[in-house]
This record gives sequence, C-alpha cells and structure tokens, in this order.
Amino acid sequence: MAEGRVHLLADVGSTFTKLCLVDAAVPAVLGWAAAPTTVATDVNAGFDAALAQLGPEAARAGRTLASSSAAGGLRIAAVGLVPELTMKAARLAALGAGGRVVEAFAFRLTSADLERLRALRPDMVLLAGGTDGGDAEHILHNARALASGLPDVPIVVAGNRGARDEIAGILAGRPAVRFADNVMPDVRRLDLDPARECIRELFLERIVSAKGLDRLRSRAEVVMPTPEAVLRAVALLSRGHASSPGLGELMAVDIGGATTDVYSCAEGRPASPAVVLRGLPEPFEKRTVEADIGMRHTLASLLEQCQAADLAGAAGAPTDAVRSWAEAAGRDPGHLPASEGEHRIDLALAAAGIRLAAERHCGWLEEAYTPEGRVWIQEGKDLGPVRWVVGSGGPLAAAGSRAGELLAGIRRAPGSVRLLPAAPQFLADRRYLLWAMGLLAADEPAAALELMKRHLEPC
Amino acid sequence: MPPNASQGSTSGPTMILGVIGADCHAVGNRILELAFREAGLNVVNLGVMVSQEEFIAAAIETRAAAIVVSSLYGHGEMDCRGFREKCVEAGLGGILLYVGGNLVVGKADFAGVEAKFRAMGFDRVFGPGSGPEHGIAALKDDLRARGVAFG
Ligand code: B12
Repeated sequence: MAEGRVHLLADVGSTFTKLCLVDAAVPAVLGWAAAPTTVATDVNAGFDAALAQLGPEAARAGRTLASSSAAGGLRIAAVGLVPELTMKAARLAALGAGGRVVEAFAFRLTSADLERLRALRPDMVLLAGGTDGGDAEHILHNARALASGLPDVPIVVAGNRGARDEIAGILAGRPAVRFADNVMPDVRRLDLDPARECIRELFLERIVSAKGLDRLRSRAEVVMPTPEAVLRAVALLSRGHASSPGLGELMAVDIGGATTDVYSCAEGRPASPAVVLRGLPEPFEKRTVEADIGMRHTLASLLEQCQAADLAGAAGAPTDAVRSWAEAAGRDPGHLPASEGEHRIDLALAAAGIRLAAERHCGWLEEAYTPEGRVWIQEGKDLGPVRWVVGSGGPLAAAGSRAGELLAGIRRAPGSVRLLPAAPQFLADRRYLLWAMGLLAADEPAAALELMKRHLEPC
Repeated sequence: MPPNASQGSTSGPTMILGVIGADCHAVGNRILELAFREAGLNVVNLGVMVSQEEFIAAAIETRAAAIVVSSLYGHGEMDCRGFREKCVEAGLGGILLYVGGNLVVGKADFAGVEAKFRAMGFDRVFGPGSGPEHGIAALKDDLRARGVAFG
C-alpha cells in the first residue's frame, strides 16, 4: 500500500538506471537497485528491471521522483557578449541548472557559428548579452540569427532587460521561448537563479519528452537533470535545515565514465586584504563539468593530460601497463580491472582525474609586481577554508577502503597557486545517495539531510 | 559584489571607472565614484588594479560613453600604452578616454605629460592639481558635443 512519506527515487543515468527507496518518516534507506538504462528502446524496461530487484517493498512508495542524465544529459549552448563577462555568466547559469555546455559563443553569432550550432544540436540555447541598460545590439543580432538560423531549438533569453520586448518580437511564433532576468544585470554582479529556473521549466516541458523520458510518466515524475539533483543535495548538506545544522562550506566531486562534475558551496573570498579579487564573482553554489575527464569514454584524454610516468609511479606499475590499461578501458566502458595491478592503475587514474577536475574548479592566484614588491591577484574562488570534501561516483564506490586515496589530491600543495582546500576531511558517498537526496530534498529536507549525514563515510 | 566593484542605478550615461595597472591606491577612486555619480552619471567602478582588457570588457557590455582611468603610483605611461588601439580593436574606437592622477614619477612638466597621453589617444589628461570636478565639467562638455546631456 502506498505511504505518503515513502519515496521511490530514480535516476535514469547514461549507463545505469538507479533506484533508491526511502522512508522519510524513520528516516531510512529501504532499498537500492540498478539496471542498465534502456533509453534507446524504452526507458521503462531498465526502470522495471531495477524495480524488480527492489521487490514488494517498492509498492509502498507514495511518490516516485526521477532525475535524468540519459541521452547526453541536458545539452546547452551558451551565448553571451564578452567572453569573461556575460558569456561566462551564461555558462555558469547553464551548469548550475544541471546542463552540459556543449559550446559557448561570444560577440556576434556568425554564419559559421550557426552552422556549428546546427551540427551540435543542443537541447537548448541560453541567450545572454549586455548588462541591464547596456549593450542591446549584440543580443538583438544574435536573437535574429537564432530566429532564422536555428529553428525549433528552445531558447532561454536572459540578457539586457532593455532588449527584451524587441527580442520577444523577433522570436514571436517560436514554441519554446522563456524570458528570465539578466544573468549579469550589472558588471560583475551575477543573478543566475531566474535563468536556472527557466532552464528547468523548459527541460520538463520539452526535453523530457524529446528524450523519450515521458514514457516513464505512469511510473515516475521526471523533475530535473541529475547534476541539479546533486547540487541540491550538496547545498542542503552545506546549509542544513531548520534545527539540524549543515556541514558548512564544502566541495563535492562526482567522477563518471565520460565526465567529472565538481561542486562547491563556499564564498571563496580572498583570504587576506592584500589579495585583490579579479573577474566575475562566482556563485556560492558553483558547479563545473569536465567533459574531458572520465574513467572510461574519456580516459585517453585524461591520460594525455597527466604524465603516464607519474601515474605509473603512483600505481607502482610500469608505464606501458598504464597505457595499455587506458586503451582497453577507454574502448570498452564495461571493462573492469582483472588484477590487483590493474585495480591500482584504475585508482591512480581516478585520483589524477579528480585532482585535475578540482584544480580547474577552484580559483587561482597570480603574482603581480608593483614598484614596492609583489602583490597577489585572485581569480575564482579560494576554497582554502573548505573543511569537507565529498566524493561520489562509480570509482569511489568501487574503491572500498581506498576511497580516501582517490580524494587525497584535493588539498592545496604548499606553494601552489591553485586555491584548493587547505586541510580538508574526506567523505565517501559509497551508497551513491547524493542524487537521490537531492530529489528528496524538496519534499523531505530533514530526512534527506539526516540520511546524508548518516551514510557519507569519513575516508 | 566584490569589494572592488560597485555600480549605481542612475539612468544617466554610463562610464567605466578604475585605477589602472598594478596600482592599489584606493581612496581617490572612491571619491571619484561618488562625485561622478552625484553629477548624474551611471558609474561602473571596477576599483583598483584594473587591466586595459577589464576596462574594455565592461565598456562593451554596458555600452559605456566614457572610460575614466586613474593612475596614482607613477607608472601610468607604461600601463596606458596601447589603450586606444585596443579600444579600436574592440569596436570602441569612438569612446571617450580620460586619464588623471599622478601620471608620471616626480614632478615632470605637465604640458609634456599631457602631450604624451594625448598622443596615446586620450581625449583628456588631468594632472596632480585636478580633482573630480574638473573631470566632470569636461565630461559634460564632451558628451554635450556628442548630443548626450546629464545631471
Ligand atoms: C596612502 C598612500 C599609499 C597607500 C595606499 C593605500 C590604499 N590602498 O589606498 C600605500 C601605503 C599602500 C601606498 C603605496 C605606494 N605608494 Co603611495 N601614497 C599614498 C598617499 C600618501 C595618499 C594617497 C591618497 O589616498 N590620497 C588621497 C586621494 C583622495 O587623492 P588621490 O589618490 O590623489 O586622488 C585624487 C586625485 O588624484 C584625482 N584623480 C585621480 N585620478 C583621476 C582621474 C581623473 C580623470 C581626474 C579628473 C582626477 C583624478 O582625484 C582623486 C580624488 O580627489 C600618496 C601621497 C599623497 N599625499 O597623495 C602616496 C603616493 C601616491 N604613493 C606614491 C608611491 C610611489 C607609492 C608606492 C609606489 C611606493 C611607496 N613609496 O610607498 C606604493 C605603490 C603601491 C601600489 N602598488 O600601488 C607616490 C606616487 C609618486 C608619483 N606618482 O610620482 C605618492 C604621490 C607619494 C609620493 N609623493 O611619493 N601609498
């Protein structure tokens, strides 16, 4: 019988469809299951296969919520004016909404850019440009270019407010257009939430059915892209809820087969008044995605960016063995380590990928010389004071007692200009709960927080 | 908003303000921000240690009418070199460019300093004795000549 506070949470991932059954009244995780995703045929098949593993308990669920990253996730093209300003703001908004930025464009869209956009076939375009009351010419040009050159693709407009009416005219008659407040209303001030909300609305209305996920409708409500669910979980864990305190500023990393996501909930201000902050201030809740760092599909590009010799050193294996493992695993996403040696190589690669992705996420310092000596300029967030780092994803679950080794690189090395946490403590999401708790967070924040605190294990 | 960036909500013409290069003298910058805002301008203040590229990026996004540069620590000539050319490259060839403060080390002859900065493409050059009021008066004249009134 269905019970109001029992939730069935589902994630239709790119490889696996995962289910998590939770009783929020206790609170407790009642069950967990996974089966290969079947989006190419009928998503219901994978869902039902996972459901069968859960057994009769699953029938207790009063509500079934799902997130999805299947069929390439939510693929967004970001368009802005200046690369360091509105283009970057659009990119941050798209990432915060759980999207994957397939490409970002600045200034005027050219016919070659439109050609490229048609080839990329993004699920959505986020169109920004100009501060409120600032430049309107570029965003109007780009709206016209999209109107004629890229029909049918949903668009979220989040640029200069003064250009909105004219853009509405240009895009009139197009089915899926949303207007949000400007992602950068003033130079260096971001306002990303309204655009994020519009992206989510369009995702639910258009993309879910475009990807065949609407067939799940009789079984589950697909409510958001998976990365957004993870971001919500991480934000709840950081902030806390009602009388239950959160963990404070934290970071999370989720390494998958093709991409690695990094999240931070932190102010990131300069540690000392002697450091000058440059560039766009970044959002408290920030997400980045590294499309070239993953443990299977993108293993070759990860290896390219690390020294094979360093990896070999870390894994205690010959360089050749590292290379041939990377080749085999990169070719076949289902490839598993067959020996202790291969397992060590797999771990060393994951650790290197995690460190690289975390370094790209955090801010950095640059020296500037003045007549009376050196001063420091900071760009991005200083995550030095961040206490907790949560690791999630297949490799962490598989690493067992060695999960800590995977995360160890997320620590600021002495003298490094990369502003990673100075003295972090590591937590492993061994049961793969973050996405599920993000889905649960809207209905049952207290239970979601409690379950995360209970099941994230120090490592 | 970071400590070195702030803007007003006035509806007058927009100007970008900042202290160029590795110069961190912050007090005059604050005074200039208040004075220009009081005079009716929409001031986008980028604060201290601002690069040419940052001035230009902000001017593009806001469709600014003027860029007002300060240099206090004596290295203005080096920091300002090529500024107008970069504006031209960025499609801002016609933007008003002002500079003021302590533009060179020591007490050089101002006429010579002014000529040097004018040759670099600055529309107005202000020496040590000039306060915000001089800049505001000049900006009123220059913008009026371009058909823009404020204040
Ligand atoms: C306080 C100060 C510092 C502080 C700054 C603290 C801070 N974060 O603001 C510290 C100790 C850090 C400092 C460091 C240095 N300083 Co100092 N500093 C001063 C001092 C004493 C006062 C500056 C001030 O705040 N004035 C008050 C404000 C209101 O005036 P203002 O800055 O001049 O700005 C007004 C006008 O210039 C004008 N204006 C400015 N820009 C523009 C632009 C336009 C378009 C217009 C119209 C007008 C305009 O309007 C402003 C508002 O009224 C001056 C000497 C002085 N009495 O001016 C030296 C002075 C500026 N410093 C100087 C120097 C050399 C330095 C250092 C290089 C080394 C040193 N000797 O200490 C370093 C440089 C550091 C760096 N990277 O920038 C010299 C510059 C020499 C030159 N240009 O020929 C000065 C003049 C001292 C001197 N006589 O030697 N300094």
